[in-house]
Amino acid sequence: MSLFYFVALLSIFFALMVIFAKNPVHSVLYLIITFFTFTIHYILLNAQFLAVVNFIVYMGAILVLFLHVLMYMNLNNEGSEMKSMLMKVSGLIAGMCLLVTLVGSMKTLAVSDPVNLQDADLGLVKNLGKVLFSEFLLPFEVSSILLLSAMVGAVLLAKKEPKSI
Amino acid sequence: MELAFVIEKFVLITVVFVLTLLVAMYSTLAERKIAGFLQDRVGPNRAGPFGILQPLADGAKMFFKEEIIPTESNRFLFIAGPSLAILTACIGSAVIPWGQKLTFGDYVVDLQVTDINVGILYIFGVVSLGVYGVMIGGWASNNKFSLMGAIRAASQNISYEIPMGLSIIALLMVTGTLSLKEISEQQSGFVNWNIWYQPLGFLIFLICAFAETNRTPFDLPECETELVGGYHTEYSSMKLGFYLFAEYINMFVSSAVMATLYFGGYNFPFMYDLGLSENWITIIGVIMLFAKIFFFIFFFMWVRWTIPRFRYDQLMNLGWKVLIPLAIANIVLTGIVITVKDLL
Repeated sequence: MSLFYFVALLSIFFALMVIFAKNPVHSVLYLIITFFTFTIHYILLNAQFLAVVNFIVYMGAILVLFLHVLMYMNLNNEGSEMKSMLMKVSGLIAGMCLLVTLVGSMKTLAVSDPVNLQDADLGLVKNLGKVLFSEFLLPFEVSSILLLSAMVGAVLLAKKEPKSI
Repeated sequence: MELAFVIEKFVLITVVFVLTLLVAMYSTLAERKIAGFLQDRVGPNRAGPFGILQPLADGAKMFFKEEIIPTESNRFLFIAGPSLAILTACIGSAVIPWGQKLTFGDYVVDLQVTDINVGILYIFGVVSLGVYGVMIGGWASNNKFSLMGAIRAASQNISYEIPMGLSIIALLMVTGTLSLKEISEQQSGFVNWNIWYQPLGFLIFLICAFAETNRTPFDLPECETELVGGYHTEYSSMKLGFYLFAEYINMFVSSAVMATLYFGGYNFPFMYDLGLSENWITIIGVIMLFAKIFFFIFFFMWVRWTIPRFRYDQLMNLGWKVLIPLAIANIVLTGIVITVKDLL
């Protein structure tokens, strides 16, 4: 119980640090720690498969690529140029809209108890696989088609470059 | 949680940790001895008989050397880099089953630190985290060569993780479980070893293991001829030691994983036909597992002193254009064989 609140506090703290860090590389490193706290949340919910997949895909692959790209760009110089006032105001409005939408949608959901599990074994690999390939087969296949199309799109974008090294 | 359980796990973790460090320590000596043998030299033989104290001398030297942190570097991340490298190297061994059960009277000790039901994926995750130590260290050094090494390490790890994962998927289709303990139990005897079912998968896994541990022919991140020292150019003293040591620990852990996944783990031929008691089978099994691990460590070194380093574009071509298609073909082939077998 108290462990959940402690980890939740850590998640929020590091998520805030992602925004407030001046250096973009530091931001990504804080984001890595944030994802790590998510992994802990999944383990607390006994969703071992989800936890380890989150660990591999987000921490091990996506954020390595983020860091990789950031290291290519020389963003090391301190004091990046100030954004214009218009950008700041529009960013603020967009962020507030997102917040309102999120809070509104959360309120309509029945609030579940994050600490007590309804079905403790649901997150284990065997059960997850069975559920994915029977009850949720269609959404599963549709999302994989979505990923495939995204991949094809990425390849197409990369191909537009002239073919010289 | 009773006290006996805590003590048992604590002792087990300590033993595994000490063994890991010990093996890694003597791997450094073995590497130089094997290099000497392959190049027709003697190798280190001054410290103690056959140079057996050489790792201690090296370690002491590392500790006493002057430690330099570049002024323009990011101090915290500069220290975090090698710490992360050695941490991720060490935690991989937690899920490896070192042996079967040992029975003392009526107290049974399981020779595995923890049997989580996503064991393989855990190791895969730890391996994929290993690159952060190199990347953070290389970036924090504020040196162009270090940065180049870090970027190379990142792209190499990402590229070779994919065929590694695909080869594991083919293995999982055969075993039907993610738990390393169950995989070991399935391979009892000699004909049940996974290598007979997944030879291609093993080959892909082996090549990827070389790439993930940054061993020659894939040691592009620290390629001396192009990058001075790669990601550890700016490192000195024990921080450099940690980076080098992490490589040997990684080698040990990946050897253990390969032995467990493909070569039967602690199983050895005729293990139940010799009429031995259960404890003896366990003890011989542990010894056999270590024999397999040492063979793989030797193989790592053998390859290092035989094959020259790849060029960077060759490395990428091998990863993306050879290994990934091969791994996918392996999955399809495995699927067809399993389906046909079910139909018959």
